[in-house]
Amino acid sequence: MVMEPDGYIRSAPRLDATFAALADPTRRAILARLAKGEASVTDLAEPFAMSQPAISKHLKVLERAGLISRGQDAQRRPRRLEARGLRDATQWLENYRQFWEAQFGRLDALLREMQSSGVRKRAKRAVAK
Amino acid sequence: MKNSGTFKITAHGDHEIVVTRVFDAPRQLVFDAYTKPELVKRWLLGPDGWSMPVCEIDLRAGGKYRYVWKNDTDGHEMGMVGIYREVATAQRIVATEIFDEAWYPGEAVDTIVLVERDSKTTLTQTILYDSRETRDAVLKSPMKTGMAASYDKLEKVLPSLEREALSA
Repeated sequence: MVMEPDGYIRSAPRLDATFAALADPTRRAILARLAKGEASVTDLAEPFAMSQPAISKHLKVLERAGLISRGQDAQRRPRRLEARGLRDATQWLENYRQFWEAQFGRLDALLREMQSSGVRKRAKRAVAK
Repeated sequence: MKNSGTFKITAHGDHEIVVTRVFDAPRQLVFDAYTKPELVKRWLLGPDGWSMPVCEIDLRAGGKYRYVWKNDTDGHEMGMVGIYREVATAQRIVATEIFDEAWYPGEAVDTIVLVERDSKTTLTQTILYDSRETRDAVLKSPMKTGMAASYDKLEKVLPSLEREALSA
């Protein structure tokens, strides 16, 4: 079962775009590069053996997802990472992990309890014999 | 929680989502915790502030189950029903699932498999959507799009990117 309790897991539509953008390894690598500081499209294209138009497409996806923005320099148009987009995505995943870990954490506790009461019952039976 | 790191969630092929988790208990106990209403009601409570007032289980092939969760603050209820297709004690359960207020079209089929090793049990839960369209509708909700990218990988990469971004 994947539970989707009301209002809990439904989030801003922008997260859809964010996660779709993050699903691609090249885009994650671009983000990792931008995490070290802003860079021009030419700089970004270099390590990827990719044409500038191909890189530009990836950048557009990242921009729409709110993960990057363009700097002021009109000539270079450097791209920079938008920490907030990442923070929202991280927060969302954290909520989801916490949701299931809360269920499974309770299950862990219940299983421990079942095991220790099982041990007690067996011990009682052994004593009764 | 020492087993919390064993939780994994991934997308498989076109139609499936797979969740795995390891528990420190023999598989019969995990099976009981998943199939005895008095036990299910103690852990499958949903988010904080929700409870599970209804849990009915007729554990046999063709038998029905019904779960209802309730938001203790506003009283809002959410229900789910399904039919068991296959029940192999302590090993495998196959059941359909439909939410009362379905947030995806069609029904899904859950398969739970329990494998015990060194007195630990690995639970593998596969959720199979009845069509690519259904699964894709599910995948469109943000969490599952993230899952397609492999939850694990994102979980590792996101916080480190965020840290670097903040310190840059």
